Amino acid sequence: MSEKRADPEAILACIKEDGRGALTIFLGAAAGVGKTYSMLETARERLEEGLDVLAGWVETHGRADTEALLKGLPAIPPRSLEYQDRVFAEMDLDAILARQPAIALVDELAHTNIPGSRHPKRYQDVQELLAAGIDVYTTLNIQHLESLNDVVAQITGINVRETVPDKILENAEIQLVDVPPEELIQRFKDGKVYVPDKAAEALHKFFRPGNINALRELALRHTAQRVDQQMETYMRAHAIAGPWSAGEKVMVCISPSPFAARLIRLARRMAANMQAEWFAVYIDASNHVPGSEVEHGRLLKNMQLSEELGAETVTITGNDVAEEILSFARKHNITQIIIGKPLKPLFWEWLHGSVVDQVIKRSEGISVHVISGKQSDNASHHGPAISREPVRFFPYVALLVMITLITVIAFPLNSYLGPVNIAMLYLLPVLLSAVVWGQHYSVMAAILGVISFDFFFVPPTFRFTVYDVRYLISFAIFLLVAFLTGSLSDRLRQNIINAKQREARTSALYALSREIAATNELDKVLGQVVRKVSEIVDSQVMILLPNADDQLAIRAESDAQQQIQVDENEKAVAIWVYERGQTAGRGTDTLVGADCTYVPMRTEQGILGVMGIRPQGPGHLSAEQRRLLEAFASLGAVAINRIQLVEQAKVTHLLAESERLHTALFNSISHELRTPLTSIIGAVTGLVDEDEIYSPAARRDLLQTIKQGALRMDRLVNNLLDMARVESGYLQLNKEWCDLQDLIGVAAGRVDALRSRSIKIVAAPDLPLALIDFVLIEQVLVNLLDNAAKYSGPDLEIAITAARHGQELQIAVADHGPGIPEEDRELVFDKFYRLRTTRQIGGTGLGLTICKAIVEAHGGQIWVDGNQGGGAVVTFTLPLDETTLGKIPEPEMVEDAGDDSGG
Amino acid sequence: MMTVEAKGARIIIIDDEPQVRRLLKVALTAHNFEVKETATGREGIEQSAIFRPDVIILDLSLPDLDGIEVVRQLREWTQVPVIILSVREQEHDKIAALDAGADDYVTKPFSMGELLARIRTALRHASGAQNEPVLTFEGLAIDLTRRQVLVDNKEIKLTPTEYELLRTLTANAGRVLTHRQLMRTVWGPAYEQETNYLRVYIRQLRHKIEPDPGRPRHIVTEPGVGYRFI
Repeated sequence: MSEKRADPEAILACIKEDGRGALTIFLGAAAGVGKTYSMLETARERLEEGLDVLAGWVETHGRADTEALLKGLPAIPPRSLEYQDRVFAEMDLDAILARQPAIALVDELAHTNIPGSRHPKRYQDVQELLAAGIDVYTTLNIQHLESLNDVVAQITGINVRETVPDKILENAEIQLVDVPPEELIQRFKDGKVYVPDKAAEALHKFFRPGNINALRELALRHTAQRVDQQMETYMRAHAIAGPWSAGEKVMVCISPSPFAARLIRLARRMAANMQAEWFAVYIDASNHVPGSEVEHGRLLKNMQLSEELGAETVTITGNDVAEEILSFARKHNITQIIIGKPLKPLFWEWLHGSVVDQVIKRSEGISVHVISGKQSDNASHHGPAISREPVRFFPYVALLVMITLITVIAFPLNSYLGPVNIAMLYLLPVLLSAVVWGQHYSVMAAILGVISFDFFFVPPTFRFTVYDVRYLISFAIFLLVAFLTGSLSDRLRQNIINAKQREARTSALYALSREIAATNELDKVLGQVVRKVSEIVDSQVMILLPNADDQLAIRAESDAQQQIQVDENEKAVAIWVYERGQTAGRGTDTLVGADCTYVPMRTEQGILGVMGIRPQGPGHLSAEQRRLLEAFASLGAVAINRIQLVEQAKVTHLLAESERLHTALFNSISHELRTPLTSIIGAVTGLVDEDEIYSPAARRDLLQTIKQGALRMDRLVNNLLDMARVESGYLQLNKEWCDLQDLIGVAAGRVDALRSRSIKIVAAPDLPLALIDFVLIEQVLVNLLDNAAKYSGPDLEIAITAARHGQELQIAVADHGPGIPEEDRELVFDKFYRLRTTRQIGGTGLGLTICKAIVEAHGGQIWVDGNQGGGAVVTFTLPLDETTLGKIPEPEMVEDAGDDSGG
Repeated sequence: MMTVEAKGARIIIIDDEPQVRRLLKVALTAHNFEVKETATGREGIEQSAIFRPDVIILDLSLPDLDGIEVVRQLREWTQVPVIILSVREQEHDKIAALDAGADDYVTKPFSMGELLARIRTALRHASGAQNEPVLTFEGLAIDLTRRQVLVDNKEIKLTPTEYELLRTLTANAGRVLTHRQLMRTVWGPAYEQETNYLRVYIRQLRHKIEPDPGRPRHIVTEPGVGYRFI
């Protein structure tokens, strides 16, 4: 496929990331080539151009010419830090960030900061400066580059500990500072190269022409590669067809072994040379269990290294390692596979089959690079794995007892059982210990068994010598069986433990995600998250979210009694995590002085908050726990995000709703106010202007119209005022003892007068006094009766029934009008909701809303049913508890007529 | 106290709304009342002293004094009936005005017929027309000297409290009596808050004297305020 089209990704890569500062690295082969000097020269030029240049940290090492250059450049004084009773000077990162220069000079990119600084490494400081939009000039020796680390060690014999990930250099502009080796060595001899006292000897060895040349070559080559890459990026971006390399893809298979780091660096170099994409793949095979925590940590470290060097890391779970490697390779069109050859005894490979061999055998056109490890790489691999298991005494005692028992029982039966059966007997403790305690103990049992067997049963008895050599074969098989069964059961056990852990983790995550999916309240969700996390990692947990003022504040805590003390320092760490989106604090690389570990709660929308974890006791969180925490944090973040979206949606809905209401209000009120006004104004103008033409009867008609219009407006105004009272929360109940019969009578009387309709009252005789607001409940009844009268024909019956049902009063108003359709029965209580009827019936749609508010303020309910034989029944309840049942005064004797004693 | 006929009685209107004053003046003059209008509370009190009205119609919302304060000041020197005419429809406003000494309360907007009826009731009270030994109402007669109550000419038995309640209500027939006023008069000041007593006795009384206790003709409930006997 011809690549004539400009590659959009390449174009994007050319554009400087928005808002991010640019990094310029003055790269040299070794100390003394003049990196700082040329950085300062360039900085001066920029200063003269009028740019805001600031010296953040410059090492002059007392050289006069360098110091002269530094003079006149604005500088930030270093920060003093006390560590182990000594005072160190470090770059003042916060001061530079606060000052916001256009360009900051930061010497010695590979420098390791004093413990207690924000970041362990200076390049991390630089990244923060870049993230803040500040351009940075810095210096670096080629030997400090991560991917070249082992090459440098090979050439010079010096292991460089301070390294900088290649990724840092990726988007940087590289300025090579080069001097011929002879001149450099001369400078060194003249004492112009800064040498710390104690390292003088080592550096003498270092500054040899061979070393210098090799390092120089590395530096030049690296720069050349960079130029090549830039060239290619440029050509791609501008669609210039060119002889760039075919799409090579490199894959490196990694494991928890420290040896993998070498493979990763190699892969990086290879990929860089080929300008290829590269992958670091770990196959999590169920029979290749990464046993200990240590191994797990190492695996994560290797993963991290790969990522830092620019690889895409992938973890695949599968049984057949070789097959998984190859299928990934095929799927991703990998052209180069790098794989390490494990240093295992030959027989181990016979037993397990060599993954490397299988990969090579089935690779089909993919180049496979097999790198063999050095002994030293692997030595540490198994070291801690064995020592981690604490020595237990019980199994030993039990073994001894068993062996002794077998010996004591079998000894008198020797002649009867025969040596073969006795040997079998001794196999029992071996198998038993393999199953129960593991390999270590099964081997111990085998050794003990062989010794006892040999000593007590193999002729000559009571001596360790053996006459029959065939017994030696038995002994060997015995030991082999012990070893194999032991290792088998070990692996099984480990598998079970891992499976259980994985299951526990997954089920914890699943359980939490289910719990929080069911909740729509933020605080509840957060409570569940902190509780769960605190259970799982046995720590105190808190969640910090930005409050209304956009300040991070604790929103949820696992332990309300024992609150985590969040002082200014802790808060600063939490804020740092919130702003940068990186885990920091105790047990991490960054801001390790903090009391808690802080994990960002991240979603696609950004960082929503920070989770703080303080482990019980002095320990750190394991890598595994941290991974789990990050999973929980993001789960929590998703939940927070969801709830925030729901709230936003609610607000939007409310806005839409209020707009709808406004429209309804406008329509309803303008219609309801104008209609009576029309009749009033019409009638009055008629009477005022042409009084004499109306007959007394006509005049009376007009006056009646005016009266009705005015009364209708009065009702509307009352409704609106009631509604306003309900809406404003001003609805205060003025509860007093009320006789409900009286209340119903008053309400019915009012509607009688209003609508000239007679109303049937069915009130139970035992209605108690109720503590309610007479006026408001009367208002409810009047509204209901008024509706019933409005919607049903003038000769149809309207009935009020009132009765006590247990602890509540139930009052219902029934009519025989058209009724309310099923689907409208909830809606009729909404503001301005009017039934769609063919008849034009006046009203605001407020009456039932007011009723509902009043009834609910009394703690009752109101609903609509259909009436038997058509019509609607509106029922409402009023709760009656003991305190709302009126005390009835003692009955008294009837006065005798004519008896004046009472007067 | 001098008996005053409805015809030619003097009424003073204290209201700051010119339209309301004008309406009242036209309507009341047409009914042969002699009308004087004032727009402020202070002027109203002064004019009351000079004009010697038989009834005062008083708005509660006045530019200078609150209407209730006006009632208090009037009650310091005169028992002339005061009818409140106000847009304030909240029960606590009505109760406050009645407890301060107002005789009646009509809310705006009002029907002219109702206002005239209240004015006549007030005038009747002021004339001391009810100072007779036997009070008669529609279907009901109370012989105060013999403590005898007749419903449709049949004697009924009342308990002492019922009788006292009925006597208080009928003595103020046509006027609103607040719950507090009734409790204080019938049971004594200590019982002012026990309105449940009042509810129970009103119910009993209605069952004894009303033809339809569910829709009382005589003892009318004034929601949230009190009772009125008609």
